[in-house]
Amino acid sequence: MSNITASCDIHHRFREAYLVSKYIAQFGAQIRAEGIGAENPDLFKDIEHLIRLAVVIAVALVAFVLLRAAVVPHSFGQYGHYRGAAISEIASRPVALAGHATCEGCHTDIVDQKKLGKHVVVACEACHGALAKHADDPASVQPKKLDTAVVCSRCHEANSAKPKDFPQVATADHSGGIACDTCHQPHRPKIEAAKIETEGKK
Amino acid sequence: MDITRRRLLVLLPAAAVAWKFVLAGTPEAAPNYKLTEHWWGMLIDIPKCIGCGSCVRACAEENDVPEGYYRTWIERYHVTDWKIERPEVESPDGGKQGFPPHADDGGKNFFVPKLCNHCAESPCTQVCPVGATFVTPDGVVLVDKSYCLGCRYCVQACPYGCRFINPKTKTAEKCSLCYHRITKGLTTACCEVCPTGARQLADLKNPKDPIHEFLKAHTVQVLKPHMATGAKVFYNGMDGSVR
Repeated sequence: MSNITASCDIHHRFREAYLVSKYIAQFGAQIRAEGIGAENPDLFKDIEHLIRLAVVIAVALVAFVLLRAAVVPHSFGQYGHYRGAAISEIASRPVALAGHATCEGCHTDIVDQKKLGKHVVVACEACHGALAKHADDPASVQPKKLDTAVVCSRCHEANSAKPKDFPQVATADHSGGIACDTCHQPHRPKIEAAKIETEGKK
Repeated sequence: MDITRRRLLVLLPAAAVAWKFVLAGTPEAAPNYKLTEHWWGMLIDIPKCIGCGSCVRACAEENDVPEGYYRTWIERYHVTDWKIERPEVESPDGGKQGFPPHADDGGKNFFVPKLCNHCAESPCTQVCPVGATFVTPDGVVLVDKSYCLGCRYCVQACPYGCRFINPKTKTAEKCSLCYHRITKGLTTACCEVCPTGARQLADLKNPKDPIHEFLKAHTVQVLKPHMATGAKVFYNGMDGSVR
């Protein structure tokens, strides 16, 4: 069944191709016989219409090019299919975190404290928050006092997903929710023997 | 030349167009920063992450990220025994305030910080119909706020779920790898505050960057490598259950 349909289809296509080629041959012969231009002056009788059309198209094209130049930003396409100036606009935003190098420029006493303990690797703004404004104008912008019961537990609250060698405590058992800086000095957290004796519990 | 009504009508729009060109000027690039000399990425060392949320808080402060939205966030994975394809993942408030106490409940537990992967062949950039998002010549995927229509194509195109529509500006937003910081010679806000060094900014074009030695010596993976996005956030010690 399918074979019969296939052969019919091929036959039909051959016939179609034959008819089309025959028609093209006839048309070509007709054009050669009649001639174009010199032998047939009537062909360009209404040329003004074509010129008018050409002028309209030319004006539209110029208007499009001018409009496009005015509307598309200068830097579009400078690096790719986007506004190149956006890169420098985004890059020129002000920073919020000053960075520990800036802090260390003034707070040298804290730097010395931190060097003695494990918190030497912790950047200032990890606990104190973004303080570029304070760095720009230390007098009028003052950092907030931190609640160590909250700040310390973010890192040191016991959690089975934390690396095993990271110091962690269940704060409820360890301190009962009292502020960590009652015993620990946050910039140098290890409690020395002398301090335990004088200030009590761990 | 007399100013007739007809001439004035022609001159005014012409002057307006000319004035716009004068105002536009040439944008000033960051000094001493050459776009062609960098190719930015990030290294995330999963075994070092303690899930403290410092990165999420710093990112929100640095980039004015609206409450309830995250340019970076931390996920806590819990994989029981062999069920590697069914991990339990939680991220309360994006891990912004750290994670609540969690006793050992068996299986495997670890934190995975997530952010934009700054893909070299980024799907989000490819779908943007107006050229509002793009990969810069130094390999950072950025959003041009003034060009974004807020059509959300990019939000659904990102395989990592890193984009959102800012409820105030109604434009697409995402991690910019702190482009305003790294072009000034600073590190990103998240890398600045990470207390354990679990996050490190990497310049892949700088031969002296320690990333090259690290990549050579460790088993490093990117997220969803089968999607061939050219992700440039490299995860060390990543478990197979991470999506």
